[in-house]
Amino acid sequence: MKVIYEKPKSISDKTFHYCPGCGHGIAHRLVGEVMDELGIEDKTVAVVPVGCAVMAYDYFECDVMEAAHGRAPAVATGVKRCLPDKVVFSYQGDGDLAAIGTAETIHAAARGEGITVIFINNTIYGMTGGQMAPTTLPGQVTQTSPFGRDPYTQGWPLKMCEMLSTMTGPAYIERCATDTPAHIRAAKKAVKKAFTYQIERGAYSFVELLCACPTNWGMTPGEARDRVGSEMIPYYPLGIFRDICDIKEGK
Amino acid sequence: MNTAEIDKKRCKACGLCADACPKKIITINPYAESAYGRGCAEVSDGCVGCGTCAVVCPDIAITLRSV
Repeated sequence: MKVIYEKPKSISDKTFHYCPGCGHGIAHRLVGEVMDELGIEDKTVAVVPVGCAVMAYDYFECDVMEAAHGRAPAVATGVKRCLPDKVVFSYQGDGDLAAIGTAETIHAAARGEGITVIFINNTIYGMTGGQMAPTTLPGQVTQTSPFGRDPYTQGWPLKMCEMLSTMTGPAYIERCATDTPAHIRAAKKAVKKAFTYQIERGAYSFVELLCACPTNWGMTPGEARDRVGSEMIPYYPLGIFRDICDIKEGK
Repeated sequence: MNTAEIDKKRCKACGLCADACPKKIITINPYAESAYGRGCAEVSDGCVGCGTCAVVCPDIAITLRSV
C-alpha cells in the first residue's frame, strides 16, 4: 500500500494537547508540511510563545526555543543574527503577539529582520481561560467582557496585518483562515511563500492565520469553525497586504 | 483506489472530518476506544481518498493510502 499523504516528518509522534477542533493543530501541520517540502527541518529554529502553543517544542522536530511572553521576535532576531544561515520562525498567538509583544513585533518588522512570524489569531486568550484579547471582536462575550466587548470603553480590535503593511521593512504579509479546505490550502501556500522569502531574500515575512478556539468560545468544533467564516473574516479580511515582488514589478 | 485511515492515538473526535467529507462516510463513534477518550472517527466503505478530511484534521490523525 502506497502512502499518498501522512503526518509530516517535521511533526513528532506525540499527540497534541490542544482541545478538539483547535486551529493550532492545523497551523502546526501547515508549518510541518512546508518544512518537509523545503527540506529545511535540520536547519530551522522555531521560537515558540507563551500561550496554548507553549508546548510546541514537543511537536516540532526542528530546534525550538522558548521565549518570554511576547518576546519571540526579539529572541528570533538574536538567533537569526548569530546564525544567519538558519531558518528562524516565531509562532505566536494573539495574546502574545498583539498584546504584550506588540512593541517587539512592530520593531522587528520595522527593522526588516530576516525572520518569519506565524501569527495565530483566535480573538481570545486561550490558555488562561478565555479573557478578552486586543483582537477580540466588538460584542464578543469573554470572561472579562461578560456583556460583550464595548469598543468605546475597551477599544477596537487590532488589525496587525494592516498595521504592519504600512511599513517598508516587511517583505510579505498575508492573512489566511483555517475554516474551509480551500482556505487551509491557501494558508499553506502563504506559509510556504513566507519561508521562501526568508530563505531567498533574508526578508521579514508575516502570516496571520484566523483560527477557531471552540473551548473558550463555548461552541462545538463545527460551530467554532463556522464562526471563523461568518464573524472573523468580515472583520479581518483575507488577502495579501504586502508583497515586495509585486511592489518591485509595479503592481 | 485510495482510502483514508484514522490514527486512534491522535483522533479527538472533533467531527470536522465528518463535516468536510464530500461522500459523508466518516462518522464519529463516541464509544470507540481512543487515546483521548472522547471516541474516534470511523471511515466506512466507499472512500475515494480525496483527502479533504486530511486537510481539515486539526490533529493530523488521517493517513491516505492507495490500495
